[in-house]
Amino acid sequence: MKHVKSITVENLTKIFGNFTAVDNISFDVEQGEIFGFLGANGAGKTTAMKMLCGLLMPTSGTARIAGFDIYKESEKIKRNIGYMSQRFSLYEDLSIIENIDFYAGIYGLEKKEIRNRTNEMLEKLNMKSIKNEMLSSLPLGWKQKLAFSTAIIHKPEIVFLDEPTGGVDPITRRGFWELIYEYAYSGMTIFVTTHYMDEAEYCNRISMMTEGRIAALGTPAKLKSDYNAIDMNEVFIKIAEVKRK
Amino acid sequence: MKKFRVFVWKEFIHIWRDKRTLTILLSMPAILIILFGFAITNEINDAPIGIYDKSKDELTSKITSNIINSGYFKLEEIIKSDDEIIDVFKKGRIKMIIIYESDFESNLTKFNTANIQIISDATDPNVANTLVNYAKSLVNNFIMIEYNISPNFKIDVKMRYNTEMKGSFLFVPGLITILMMLIGAMMTALSLTREHEFGSMEYLLTSPLNSYMIIFAKLIPYLLIALFDIIVILILGTVVFGVIIQGSLLLLMFECLLFIIMSLSLGLLISTVSKSQQVALMISLMGLMLPTILLSDFIFPVSNMPQWLQFITNFIPARWFNTIIKSVMLKGAGIGNIINETLYICGFIVLFLGLSIFNFKERLD
Repeated sequence: MKHVKSITVENLTKIFGNFTAVDNISFDVEQGEIFGFLGANGAGKTTAMKMLCGLLMPTSGTARIAGFDIYKESEKIKRNIGYMSQRFSLYEDLSIIENIDFYAGIYGLEKKEIRNRTNEMLEKLNMKSIKNEMLSSLPLGWKQKLAFSTAIIHKPEIVFLDEPTGGVDPITRRGFWELIYEYAYSGMTIFVTTHYMDEAEYCNRISMMTEGRIAALGTPAKLKSDYNAIDMNEVFIKIAEVKRK
Repeated sequence: MKKFRVFVWKEFIHIWRDKRTLTILLSMPAILIILFGFAITNEINDAPIGIYDKSKDELTSKITSNIINSGYFKLEEIIKSDDEIIDVFKKGRIKMIIIYESDFESNLTKFNTANIQIISDATDPNVANTLVNYAKSLVNNFIMIEYNISPNFKIDVKMRYNTEMKGSFLFVPGLITILMMLIGAMMTALSLTREHEFGSMEYLLTSPLNSYMIIFAKLIPYLLIALFDIIVILILGTVVFGVIIQGSLLLLMFECLLFIIMSLSLGLLISTVSKSQQVALMISLMGLMLPTILLSDFIFPVSNMPQWLQFITNFIPARWFNTIIKSVMLKGAGIGNIINETLYICGFIVLFLGLSIFNFKERLD
């Protein structure tokens, strides 16, 4: 497979009033890569991601998502990305199948196509027998898996996950990451923000953000050896300490 | 367009699943109209009164029975001494006492004048006024007929547009105004704020739906519910309370539709400035419902208000709509008569929609 850049970001900046939330960041993400966006709360992860999804207009800088310009081709970008946030996007008062139908419907999928993909997805999630249950009756871990699956029902090139595993137990988190791996394997680019450092190990490459800048970027192995750390937790703490000095 | 349909369908499911709210929304017109129609009424029926007849002659008993038979009053208390008067009022039931002076009939024949005193409980000034006026005219009429006196001038009073002085003529249009405000503004504000609060709005905005589509899809179900409620009020108002729609029904529905669109845009505007459903609810209730009820000319006449308050009512859309709906429903006004008010409503729509779009974009930034 040739190297195709799914995301290219150059000097992207977002200023709110006199607060610089994202300060001149640049990076590339390759197709099929799991790219982790790490940092403390308020480091600018979510702001950066929102600009890439077209939810926020950048103050300056450029970015191309799936080959499309974020300023001029936002409509095309929307059709090629999926998005899931920690503040969970499915509707509690709709059943599983109604949620899926809704999200498939707003991406303009054909009826037959929706049926096929829904079946395939419910099979995979083992939820076929409970597809008419209200979402509110499901445990959080299941909801998150379902939210992820609906976020990619239109088979986007890139999926953005904003702290997707917030508030879930480690075992469910592991199951969630297995699901992510499966899709990355099939060529989908995964852009994920998290503040769980153990999850960082699952990523192909990581960028550590502090105060709106990218402080470190590389594979988990490279970051660990660069900072002479045994795990990502230590890397994170060391970067934070460097910043403080 | 298919995407839009999917979205509207989802909204209907939301509303359908929330049975409690749906029940309230659909039964509200019936409940309110019954409340206003039967309980909260300014009309006088069977007001409890007392009679203190110091004269006890033929004429006073005739006058008394004439008053009681009018149907407006009910004789509840026969008072026998001056001391009793205060006690009777303190008990609170009696609204008015009619006192005939002693030797009433003989005074009238001898001196051509006799006195009746009416004491009324003016804790509610409007009711007191109405009661006193009724009683006065009943006595005057009776004396005129009995003694065949006719004054040398005659005042011909005509109560136009509501000859029977029915309260329903006032509250049926008033209720339409309030309900449209409630459903249009409050419900859409809540439903849009919910998407923001739960974070689903972000997801929707990363999808190929554009923001206009999202907003319109959210408005449509409430537009339909509001129309349904108007029809219920109109049917109940005409069938149960005998309000006759004088003007063109088409014009009436058109003006209602315009007002619904106005309140939907207002709801939209509220949603763009509220962070949570609670805030939206507070703004809608305190900021909208109260002024709509108090300043729209529905309960309290605007013309009686001080100048500065009258000026403020100009910014209450319900005030303009109240004039429109009363003119069309009760006076049979055509579009020409209410063009000014209609333009005001249109102006509000443009203003609210414009501000909403501006805020909506701001909020995302």
